[in-house]
Amino acid sequence: MSTFDTLCAHALCVFTKALTGARMIWQGCAPAAIPRVYFANHNSHGDFALIWACLPDDLRVRTRPVAGADYWLKGRLRTYVAQRVIRAVLIDRNRETRTDDPIAQMAEVVAGGDSLIVFPEGTRNTTEEELLPFKSGIYHLAHTCPDTEFVPVWIENAKKVMPKGKLLPLPLLCTLTVGAPLTLGPEEARDDFVGRTRAALLALKPPPE
Amino acid sequence: MTAQQQTYSLFFGIGAVLVIASFVGLVLKATVARGEPHATIDNLNTRIKAWWVMVLAIGFAFVFGKTGVILLFAFISFFALREYLTLTYTRSADYLALAAAFYFVLPAQYVLVHVGWYGLYAIFIPVYVSLLLPILEAFAGDTKRFLERAAKIQWGLLICVFCVSHVPALLTLEIADYEDSNLLLIAFLVVVVQSSDVLQYVWGKLLGRHLLAPAISPSKTWEGLVGGVACATAIGAALWWITPFNPWQAALMAFAINAMGFFGGLVMSAIKRDRGVKDWGTLIEGHGGMLDRLDSVVFAAPIFFHLTRYFWT
Repeated sequence: MSTFDTLCAHALCVFTKALTGARMIWQGCAPAAIPRVYFANHNSHGDFALIWACLPDDLRVRTRPVAGADYWLKGRLRTYVAQRVIRAVLIDRNRETRTDDPIAQMAEVVAGGDSLIVFPEGTRNTTEEELLPFKSGIYHLAHTCPDTEFVPVWIENAKKVMPKGKLLPLPLLCTLTVGAPLTLGPEEARDDFVGRTRAALLALKPPPE
Repeated sequence: MTAQQQTYSLFFGIGAVLVIASFVGLVLKATVARGEPHATIDNLNTRIKAWWVMVLAIGFAFVFGKTGVILLFAFISFFALREYLTLTYTRSADYLALAAAFYFVLPAQYVLVHVGWYGLYAIFIPVYVSLLLPILEAFAGDTKRFLERAAKIQWGLLICVFCVSHVPALLTLEIADYEDSNLLLIAFLVVVVQSSDVLQYVWGKLLGRHLLAPAISPSKTWEGLVGGVACATAIGAALWWITPFNPWQAALMAFAINAMGFFGGLVMSAIKRDRGVKDWGTLIEGHGGMLDRLDSVVFAAPIFFHLTRYFWT
């Protein structure tokens, strides 16, 4: 990363935290400099920035969001932010045309000692549902990277900050609650792990109105 | 003394009180707590630290005069409003009303205070905005809990923006023989209301036996209220030399401020209790959020403003 990239990264963190007053509550575990997979609910384009900005500095430089190439490679600014500032792991979401295996791409990053931020719902949740069903990708990733800690992060309020289709964000407060890490059991079936991770994430949600 | 000398003396006095408080905090930590973690003493020390920050922020704003103070309170309003609206039930259809609250109403109110247009800033939010907001809400077309949503956003603006803006609005009052001294009116209000909060807390901790409103707050006691308000009223009377009031007028003003401040704390606690939270936010370490520190100022400021305006201008 060049000095300018680092500066942009800091600016993005400061802006995100000032706008949302975001704070991270490490409820289920302490920050640790080991490769982890942070998985969160996905309501807005700002979700990456939120988790990423709230991580302690030494963890943030080693944590890479997983994002859709179709969105992040549109336009020069987005491409720059994705590749140089947040150093996203860009995956091709189109099954027909893709040449790289997304799971292999992610596993390579974890093997290299970095952490990932993933959104297992697979897409932004713009419905009234609190959390969409998880795609099976989270299981395949866990299967490829055994013993890796999967850490749930519930993002509260991001939907209110940036409702769908609105350009101007509202400066409301966001809270990120980090839960206890999960690892794939030796014999654990796909649906069990997917269900268990989803339940762990939902358990962090504050009680409804 | 000139206004400037009075300001220096006042800040010197506040600084001295804080130095003593910090010293006592250090001694308590070293002797009673013996350097170990101790909930009450640690909370006391973080509170004293936050006091330093608050006094420095206000002092810094005073250096820049009217514009500095108005900017400071605009930011205070902003932090208060975001805490309030974060805890308020809203739906995506409220977007337009919320955006208007943050990006139009709040700045507009403080601009009106800055240009000193009393005729408009006194009614802008209670009249125009309170009609505009439900109109914006109606255009969004979502009727679920409509009245509740519209009313809550309005009330938030009234409390966090309209009421708070009456603190810097004190600068626009033209009081005979008190030219260029209006910053000291703000200092009077803030010192009286905050010392009342602190002294109610202290008297309550020392002597508090009889809960005053057990359904609302486990820490508000009759002993704390009487002791705190009496002492803070005495402090207000003793500060008459920075105000356009004589000592007994200053005492009456301080009493009005303290009474309203107490009611403000009560009302805002009732809301927190209903929402199931202890604090409005986490902005100020040891104090909770901006609104936790501001609840008494919010209720006292408009009353103090209008009493002063009616009787002294």
